[in-house]
Amino acid sequence: MGNLFKIAIRNLLRYKRRTLLTASLITVGVVFVLAFVSVAGTFKNMMIGQITDSMIGHLQVHRRGFVASIETLPLNLNLKGGAIGKLEKILNEQTEIEAYSPRVKFGGMFSNFTETSSIRLTAIDPEKEFKTVPLLPERVSDGSKELKPGGILIPELLARGMKVKPGDAVVIVATNADGSVNGKQFTVTGVMESATGPGGRDGYVHLNDARELLRMEGQQVSEYVIRLKSFGNLAAFSEKLDGLLAKELNQQDKPLFELHTWEKLSPFFNIARMIDLMTFFIKLMLIAIVLISIMNVMIMAVYERIREIGTIAAIGTLPGKILSMFVIEGFCMGVAGALIGDLVGIGLVWILNLSKISYNFGQQKGIILQAGVSPADILMISATVIIVSVIASLQPAFKASRMEPIQALRHT
Amino acid sequence: MALITANHISKTYRVGEVEVQALRGVSFEIEPASFVSFVGPSGSGKTTLLNLIGCLDKPTEGALTVAGADVAALERKASAAFRGKTIGFIFQDFNLLPVLTVYENIEYPLLMVQKVPPAERQRRVTALLEAVGMSDQRDKKPDQISGGQKQRVAVARALVTNPKLVLADEPTANLDHGTAYMVLNLMKKMRDEFKTTFIFSTHDQKIVGEAETIFTLEDGRLNGTKSRGGNGNG
Repeated sequence: MGNLFKIAIRNLLRYKRRTLLTASLITVGVVFVLAFVSVAGTFKNMMIGQITDSMIGHLQVHRRGFVASIETLPLNLNLKGGAIGKLEKILNEQTEIEAYSPRVKFGGMFSNFTETSSIRLTAIDPEKEFKTVPLLPERVSDGSKELKPGGILIPELLARGMKVKPGDAVVIVATNADGSVNGKQFTVTGVMESATGPGGRDGYVHLNDARELLRMEGQQVSEYVIRLKSFGNLAAFSEKLDGLLAKELNQQDKPLFELHTWEKLSPFFNIARMIDLMTFFIKLMLIAIVLISIMNVMIMAVYERIREIGTIAAIGTLPGKILSMFVIEGFCMGVAGALIGDLVGIGLVWILNLSKISYNFGQQKGIILQAGVSPADILMISATVIIVSVIASLQPAFKASRMEPIQALRHT
Repeated sequence: MALITANHISKTYRVGEVEVQALRGVSFEIEPASFVSFVGPSGSGKTTLLNLIGCLDKPTEGALTVAGADVAALERKASAAFRGKTIGFIFQDFNLLPVLTVYENIEYPLLMVQKVPPAERQRRVTALLEAVGMSDQRDKKPDQISGGQKQRVAVARALVTNPKLVLADEPTANLDHGTAYMVLNLMKKMRDEFKTTFIFSTHDQKIVGEAETIFTLEDGRLNGTKSRGGNGNG
C-alpha cells in the first residue's frame, strides 16, 4: 500500500501546476464552507439560546389542548391539583432536568388610571423561573430585575405608549375562569425588552398575585417550562419524557399532558431550519466542486498515461491494483485539499473573531460575533471532501483498470 | 518439451467495417532458452504474433500454448497473473515509468506484481543492475538517461522476475546501431546466464543475424525458418 501511495504522490507532483490548482480549488471550497458553518452555526446557536434562555425554555408541558387554543390563553385548560402533583413527581425524577418552572398565562387590561390597553401576562415563581430561563432578567432594560409580589414587569412597547416608568402604580383587570372580572393594583418593577425584536405585549407578574387576581381555588398551572442540563440531549429526552407523560390519562382515557420542544413553539425554528438548509446547500456546492475538479483531473491523468497503464498491465499488474493507483491519487488530492482548507479555515475563523464583528439580534445591539467551528464539523467536512474525492476518482480509475493492454500500448 | 507451440493460429481484426487478417494459419514451436527473431516488413504480422505469445491478445483460430498454458482459455485476470509470473516484456519505446528511478523501475514487477520480500528484491535488482551495467545510474529517473541506457533498464526489468520468456517488440528500433548491438548482446548474455527464452521482432536486416532462429513472416504467413545452431525449429 505504501508503494501505491508513493507512486500516486509522485504522479501528482509530476503535474505540479494542475495538482496545485485542483488542491487550491478544494482548499478554497473547504475554507468557505468552514467559515459559513462557523458564522451561521454561531448565529443559529446564539439565536436559539436567546429564544430558549430568555423566554421559551427547552421544553414545555401543557394540559392537552392548551397549545391549540393558546391565542385565547384559556384558563379552563390549566393543569390542576392532581395533574400538577403527577407531573411534578415525574419531572423531579428526571436527572436530565436542570430546572423547571410553573407558569400561569392569562390576558387582561392594563390601566395607568388615564388610559387602558390590553396585555398578555405570564405569572411566575421568580426563583424557579430565573433558573429555568436564566436570560429573562437580562431583558429588563429599566428598573429592577427582581420580581416580588405586587410588582409587574411590563413590555417596553406598553411602557412607552402608556408613558409608564418603574415605580408607577398600574391596575390589571382580568376575567377569571368563571367569567367574573377582578382588578388588582401593581407597582411597575421594571421595563422589559422583547426577546424577539420590537413589539410584544407580554408582561410578568408573581404567581401569588395571579392566583389572587384570578381568584383561583387551589393550585393551577398553564404550563411547565423545562430547562435541560444538556441542550444536545433535547431530542432524546423529549422522546423519553413524551413516553412517560403518555401513560398519564384523563377521565376519558386520553393523554392528560402534551409536551412540546422549543422548536414546536417558536417561529424562529423555521429560521434555524433555513440556516441548516443554506448550510446544506453550501456543502452541496463543495461536493460539486470536489467532484468535478477531481474527476476532471483524474480523467486527464488517465488519458495522458494510457501507454503507462498499458505497460504496467502488460507486465502483469492486476486490474485491482491499477484501480487502486488512481483512486489513491484522488484520495491524496482530497486529503491535501481538506487539510490545507481546514488550517486556512481555522485561521480565517480566528481572524473573524479577532476582528470583533458586531451585529444586532432582536433588542440586543452590538452582539460581538464569536465564530467557532467544532472538531465534529471539521471532521465531517474533511471526511466529505475525502470520500467525494475517492468517488470522483472511481470512474476514471475503473476505466484505467479495464483498459486492454494491447490497445493502451498502441495509444500515441 | 517446447516452451511455445503454435498450431495453425490466425488472427483477424475488425477495423470499422473492414476485416484485416493479420495472421493466417501460422504454426511453429520454440524450445526453452532459445534466442529467436521474427522478421518481416511492416504489416507482416510480427507484432500481432508477439502480442499473442505475450497473452495480450487471443488467436481467432488455432491453438497457442505458452509455457503449458492455453492462451485462448486465459481470462483477463488470470492472463495478467500469468504474464506477471512467466513473461517479461521489452518495448520499442522502452516504456519505463517516468516517476520511478532506474532502481524502482526494475523493482516494480517484484513489488507490484509478485510481492517478493524486500531482501530478495534488493538482491535481485542489485544483481541485474550490475549485470546490465547500470549500477551507477540507479537513482536517476528515465528522463536523465540515454536511449540505450533506458533499454538496458528495460531488459533488467523484463528479467527481474526470472521469467521463462522475454518478448521484445522491435527493441532496437529507437537505438543507433552500436547501441542496438550492445542491447542484443546483453539480451544474449542474459539468455546464457538465466536460460530465459528471448523472442524479438525486427525489420532491421543488420541485426537479424544476431538471432539463432529466425522466423520470416510475410502477409501474416510464416514464410521460412532459419536456424543457426540455436534451439528453434520451424
